Amino acid sequence: MKDVKDEEILVKGGRLLGCPGGLRAEGDILIRGERIAGVGRGISSRGRVIDARDCLVAPGFVEMHAHLREPGFEYKEDIESGSEAACAGGYTAVFCMPNTDPPIDNQAVAQYVFARGKEVGLSMVLPHGAITVGTDGKNLAPMSEMARCGANVTCFSDDGNSVSDSEVMLRAMEYAATLGGLIISHCEDKSLSRGGQMNESYFSTSLGLEGIPPEAEEISVFRDICLAEKASARLHIAHVSTAASVELVREAKKRGVLVSAEVTPHHFSLTDSALLTSYDTNLKVNPPLRSAQDVKAVLEGLADGTIDVIATDHAPHAPHEKEVEFEKAPFGVIGLETSLGLVVTKLVDSGILSLEEAIAKLTISPARITGMERWGYSTTLAEGDIANFVVFNADEKWTVKPEGFRSRSKNSPFLGWELKGRVQSTIFEGRVVFERGEVFPGA
Amino acid sequence: MAGEAKNLISIADLSKDEISGILSLASSFAEVLRRPVKKVPALRGKTIVNLFLEPSTRTRMSFELAAKRLSADVVNFSSGTSSIVKGESLKDTAKTIFSMGADAVVVRHQSSGAPQMLTKWVDCSVINAGDGMHEHPTQALLDLYVMRERMGGLEGLKVAIVGDIEHSRVARSNILALNKVGSKVLLCAPRTLLPAGIEEFGVETTVSLDEALGWCDVLYLLRVQAERIEGPRFPSLEEYHENYGLSEKRWDKLEKKPLVMHPGPMNRGVEIASSVADEVEPSIAGQVAAGVAVRMAVLYKLLSGSVSSERFEREQ
Repeated sequence: MKDVKDEEILVKGGRLLGCPGGLRAEGDILIRGERIAGVGRGISSRGRVIDARDCLVAPGFVEMHAHLREPGFEYKEDIESGSEAACAGGYTAVFCMPNTDPPIDNQAVAQYVFARGKEVGLSMVLPHGAITVGTDGKNLAPMSEMARCGANVTCFSDDGNSVSDSEVMLRAMEYAATLGGLIISHCEDKSLSRGGQMNESYFSTSLGLEGIPPEAEEISVFRDICLAEKASARLHIAHVSTAASVELVREAKKRGVLVSAEVTPHHFSLTDSALLTSYDTNLKVNPPLRSAQDVKAVLEGLADGTIDVIATDHAPHAPHEKEVEFEKAPFGVIGLETSLGLVVTKLVDSGILSLEEAIAKLTISPARITGMERWGYSTTLAEGDIANFVVFNADEKWTVKPEGFRSRSKNSPFLGWELKGRVQSTIFEGRVVFERGEVFPGA
Repeated sequence: MAGEAKNLISIADLSKDEISGILSLASSFAEVLRRPVKKVPALRGKTIVNLFLEPSTRTRMSFELAAKRLSADVVNFSSGTSSIVKGESLKDTAKTIFSMGADAVVVRHQSSGAPQMLTKWVDCSVINAGDGMHEHPTQALLDLYVMRERMGGLEGLKVAIVGDIEHSRVARSNILALNKVGSKVLLCAPRTLLPAGIEEFGVETTVSLDEALGWCDVLYLLRVQAERIEGPRFPSLEEYHENYGLSEKRWDKLEKKPLVMHPGPMNRGVEIASSVADEVEPSIAGQVAAGVAVRMAVLYKLLSGSVSSERFEREQ
């Protein structure tokens, strides 16, 4: 390996979009080693030049909610294929959920995932730790141990195994707050959602599929907000999907509750009617795709800032798991490689968010909520920052095809869609890890 | 099913005219079934596979008889004796069946949507013989056939469907079919058995069986599917019978007796009192008999590519 310390890369002619700071004029970014060595106009360099004309240069995206499946389910995805998908999607940091086998409920597994991500070197891979041992909702997992190890875990979630016992959830919030950490809640009252396959509505009745009522989510959102308020603890609500959930978060924020929320691209792009007559298992997600009114409320929540973050809930599953009867298929879709396209197509082009606001929900918002400053991760695109950024063309149209995915799994609900907005290059820690469809494994 | 459609997955696939066409064709086949030799060569050389992955007696036998009366070759495939028990996926099973040269697969499955999925995996006709809580289109067609025969017409006919609407594929198919032919539908059930958004199907609902009885020309009783009802839908079968069962008392009180129908098998003492069941037994047996003729019509229509009963009659 040659000495990269003084190697230069010049990203030339793109419009710069720092967070905060917003959209600036066209400019160049000079990278030396792993850091940004200069930002301005007319910079020249003897090093490699990346032509960013017609493109935007934004901070690398931060994924708060992904399932990278390693260890335990490498046939769906592993940290290497997941990292490739991440850099292809413009992400330079990915938080992965602890529902692996074994689960990330102790420092050994957390450290393994973190180290494996470093080894692959295409993106930061940061594990979320489990709230309870084995994510079974009973005993608190060793949060402090996970926080102290190299992976420095500060966000905790039992994800799909929503903590049903209210006292356990309350204590988890208090304990996480003691450590300065954050609880991320997948809100689902399983006694109402049990057996459910899709949103409860005319469409579930028409398809003869068991419904998951919106109240299964809303009851749990309300409970967790109550608990966070009581504990004066920080709470992040994962994948908000219903109108009443958005309203609960909005009201809680007004009262000063330390709550934040995310939404997935599939929840703001699709409704439950998409399932009609198709029984497409790539539309089977949890929480389920909701009604048109719910999607409208989610878009309003994005627009007024109630929803802070866009997270994909990237959930790879193998073809043989999805090509089965609807009731047998697992929940979840992949999302890392289509999120920018959906954000531009569904949010920016339709006037829901400005480009700056949309990019903030992929960068500075998740970075703040997850405390990325402890890694020296910056979203400002300023001289001296570690060079983590993405060069993308907001006007380029492309069609989603299964063979185009870097993820090991192809379970996308957007196959065949034409999207606007495509990643051209991703720079991670000063290296070009992705450019024009190709991944460049690092160190 | 318009034009070249080769599958019957949902009643929604059929137009009003297509439903009438099938019912007329079924009348012609019913005539064949009254002959000494109850068989026609209409589908000679065709192979029909009965893929029944959920227990069924009458529907499977009915489809098998229908196919045989049309001179098709029939292969029966059920979950207990197949590779499904060895863990073979539905997709692989479907592909195997198709490779064997089937012209049609008649599928019964406990999962809603399974027949729809099969259409993606095989190139032959797929006929839904009941999927989960979704639909049972040939049941609805035979029910319409019986109502038309017994009541003289379907337009404006008042049909009350009583019982576990939520879990009933028979109810869903009948609601769609009755709406298409211009009948009126009233659903009667406790609130715990009425599914979300049911009013969007263009039906009325009531929680009072007596109201339904006073209104209807046809009383369609659904089987209480104890195996599908999880959780607290009603306190006990006794209480269900008390409120939603066709008891002797209710039946005797009625001045104008409606046509009573039931998709079978009946739970005597639950949705219907045993003595009333005995009394209405002939019309329920009539449903079973009509089933063969209607399924002959469906198989013929899908596999011969013809919608015209005249053509069948000409060929005779």
